[in-house]
Amino acid sequence: MLELEARAEPSRLMSFLSPLLAVVLMIAGGMLVFAALGKDPVEGFRIFFLNPVKDLYGLSELLLKATPLMLCAIGLAIGFRANVWNIGAEGQFMLGAVAATGVALHFDGSESALLLPAMIVAGALGGAAWAAIPALLRTRFNANEILVSLMLVYVANLFVSWLVFGPWKDPDGFNFPQTKMFGEAALMPVVLENTRLHLGFPIAIAVLVAGYAFMNRSYAGFRMRVAGEAPDAARYAGFSAHRMIWVGLLLGGAAAGLAGMGEVAGPMGQLTDKVGSGYGFAAIIVAFVGRLNAFGILLASLLMALLYIGGEQAQQYLNLPSSISMVFQGMLLFFLLGADVFINYRLRLRHRAAQGH
Amino acid sequence: MTGRPPHGTPSAGTPRLVLKGISKVYPAVVANDQVDLAVQPGEIRAILGENGAGKSTLMKIIYGVTRPSAGRIYWEGEEVEVANPAHARSLGIGMVFQHFSLFETLTVVENVALALPGKPALDELAQRIAAVSERYGLPVDPRRHIHALSVGERQRVEIIRCLLQNPRLLIMDEPTSVLTPQAVRKLFETLRQLAAEGCSILYISHKLDEIQELCHSATVLRGGKVTGECIPAQETPASMARLMIGKDLPRCAHGAAKADGDVRLRLAGLSHASEDPFGTDLKDIHLDVRAGEIVGIAGVSGNGQQELLRAISGEEVLAEKFPVQICGVEAGRLNPGQRRKLGLAFVPEERLGRGAVPAMSLADNALLTAAHSQNLLAGGFLRFEHARDFARRCIERFNVKCGGPGAAAKSLSGGNLQKFIVGREILQAPRLLVCAQPTWGVDVGAATFIRQALIDLRDRGCAVLVISEELDELFEICDRIAVIAKGRLSPTRPAAETTVEDIGVWMSGLWPGAETYESQPPTKRAESPNA
Repeated sequence: MLELEARAEPSRLMSFLSPLLAVVLMIAGGMLVFAALGKDPVEGFRIFFLNPVKDLYGLSELLLKATPLMLCAIGLAIGFRANVWNIGAEGQFMLGAVAATGVALHFDGSESALLLPAMIVAGALGGAAWAAIPALLRTRFNANEILVSLMLVYVANLFVSWLVFGPWKDPDGFNFPQTKMFGEAALMPVVLENTRLHLGFPIAIAVLVAGYAFMNRSYAGFRMRVAGEAPDAARYAGFSAHRMIWVGLLLGGAAAGLAGMGEVAGPMGQLTDKVGSGYGFAAIIVAFVGRLNAFGILLASLLMALLYIGGEQAQQYLNLPSSISMVFQGMLLFFLLGADVFINYRLRLRHRAAQGH
Repeated sequence: MTGRPPHGTPSAGTPRLVLKGISKVYPAVVANDQVDLAVQPGEIRAILGENGAGKSTLMKIIYGVTRPSAGRIYWEGEEVEVANPAHARSLGIGMVFQHFSLFETLTVVENVALALPGKPALDELAQRIAAVSERYGLPVDPRRHIHALSVGERQRVEIIRCLLQNPRLLIMDEPTSVLTPQAVRKLFETLRQLAAEGCSILYISHKLDEIQELCHSATVLRGGKVTGECIPAQETPASMARLMIGKDLPRCAHGAAKADGDVRLRLAGLSHASEDPFGTDLKDIHLDVRAGEIVGIAGVSGNGQQELLRAISGEEVLAEKFPVQICGVEAGRLNPGQRRKLGLAFVPEERLGRGAVPAMSLADNALLTAAHSQNLLAGGFLRFEHARDFARRCIERFNVKCGGPGAAAKSLSGGNLQKFIVGREILQAPRLLVCAQPTWGVDVGAATFIRQALIDLRDRGCAVLVISEELDELFEICDRIAVIAKGRLSPTRPAAETTVEDIGVWMSGLWPGAETYESQPPTKRAESPNA
């Protein structure tokens, strides 16, 4: 019979192969879902996974979708490495969008070249400030940051709604819950002509590189890795646990806030009550599929973006509900967690001898 | 210790247990290689070997915890395959593990009930426990909670739990490592009585004097193989050591300590309440450790050693500054990094997970404590080349067998990792080194090396504080010895002017001038409120 046998040490190969295996299984599972829904699986595969990237515009949309995902995920990964479980990137994303919108509305009509940089800073600060709440509660009162950061997502959502239904509502907006459109100086410049791909993408790549340098090259990142892998060793070495919590949450919040800023100053061009579109939650999956490392997160964010766009395509061409992309996301995480078993275990065929009575 | 001849000779006839050609192969290591073993009824047989010789694996195979890769087991003449510990117990095999498996929040009788088949009535069981404990001289109150018991009492609970099932073979895994010398005496009396009644005992240990005193026969393991059998009474500790480690038992060179060094560590009335509800509070501890001497702290584990170490290292920051003074600076409120800058180096008890990060390389682990002192940083970034060089120096100077600075800490054997950690701390040229259980679970060769390194460090003018449960070790390397019991520290005594017996008495809290802070003797604390 088959049995799982513990490996002498975790397999490095499997930790790379496991996400790939999960992707393959997700695709196979997805094709089964298509078949069960009465669609041609091959056609479904083509529309879901190939259609979105068949031309340059499609590719640019993929990168556009991946931008907030990779930003949120790299910030989360820094905290996750240190066992700081920030689940509220979604809320920090919204607060970043709110802060950037505040700056844009306050300086409405300004042509200054400093407006956009100011919005970027405001976005990052807004996200960080929102993340500072769980950090403060955790370090002062030992309140669980998972719950606090998650609950703050809903607070952030209501806060955004209040703003766009109330004080920030566009007076000429036919009572829609949205602010007025930003001026040209408050919008991210497009980096690829005839597409919507904007400056946020190169910024996200730069943040990924900085995240890599922080995690793998800096002493601060080293301390966080130690805290995550062996908390007692971090205590022994004298690395402050409070500092890890602050750094992990603030960096995660800042990156998510930056992503939120990129959305309102990018494809949206305004703040609406729909600003939180799940990027902050999806980024948790991205961070883990990407093995909490920068290059992995780049690939995983592209994959996750593909699932988003593929879901839209499936809705359009296959008449499937848009929640199909959630199904794929769920399968991806499910298979990843399953495949991760083989990092620490291997399958062995075992001949079971007769037992001594 | 004594050459007292073992009493009673094991009876001949059908052996109780025979192992033939037992092998256990793990993915990375061969733990047992063609081991043969026979135990007669009423025989106390020692399984002697260094750490990693395969003793524990062999016992786990007999007890059904792991299955052998090859070989046969005969129980009272019949071949068996021991499927699991429950099966082993039903055959009549009992085992007392080195690390106890008791629920701290339950009472003695509840713990025993959990190990028995079915649902025994607690009242009746309590009477049986009382009967067994009386018969074998193992005093324990069945209604007390485990967390209120001393380590020795907990071991008695484990033994009683085995005895209630009337075992015909009892396996004891390093049973004395947690006991005072006096408690060891009592344990031996119990074991002799059991053997006299016909129970076979497999006694795992690396302590040669104990084996000589207690055991009828010994099987010696080295590197997973049987390297010899002997009658301990006819051997000397030196001859058994040769069988065990393949060469003579090395000893440390130890000159007289320098007198009148400056005080490097002063504990001035250190009191601290433990965060852990089952921990020990430190009570008014006074101690000076001077440059050029090694001070040892003996004690049965769980008497405040952990708490004391954390208070000195800074892992537990105190409310006030003065109780811990490092090199003349009041350091009570400093964190471990700040204390390190004052000249403190610290070797913790747990190597993996505290002294080193298991999955990280030795070079990364060098960064753990040496980043500042060895200049391994540049502008907040890591200087990998420097870290590797420093790790390489630790490896070379301390003879660490490993795959180089890139090897993961967990790939090293316990002894080699300990040498690396001690090397990492010593090579930072500390002014004060605090070392917990320096040779716990380390093979004899590495242990001698580490002890010698501590003595050499002392001779270079460093102050050294060693906290250990191994009395022999403390007497071998220390200039002065104190005892910690129930969170209080005894006065120090020059090691040369005291004996193991004295220290043993002190270990139960009874030193001259000890405050009579408890009217009852240490083994009888407040009764637990409910039954």
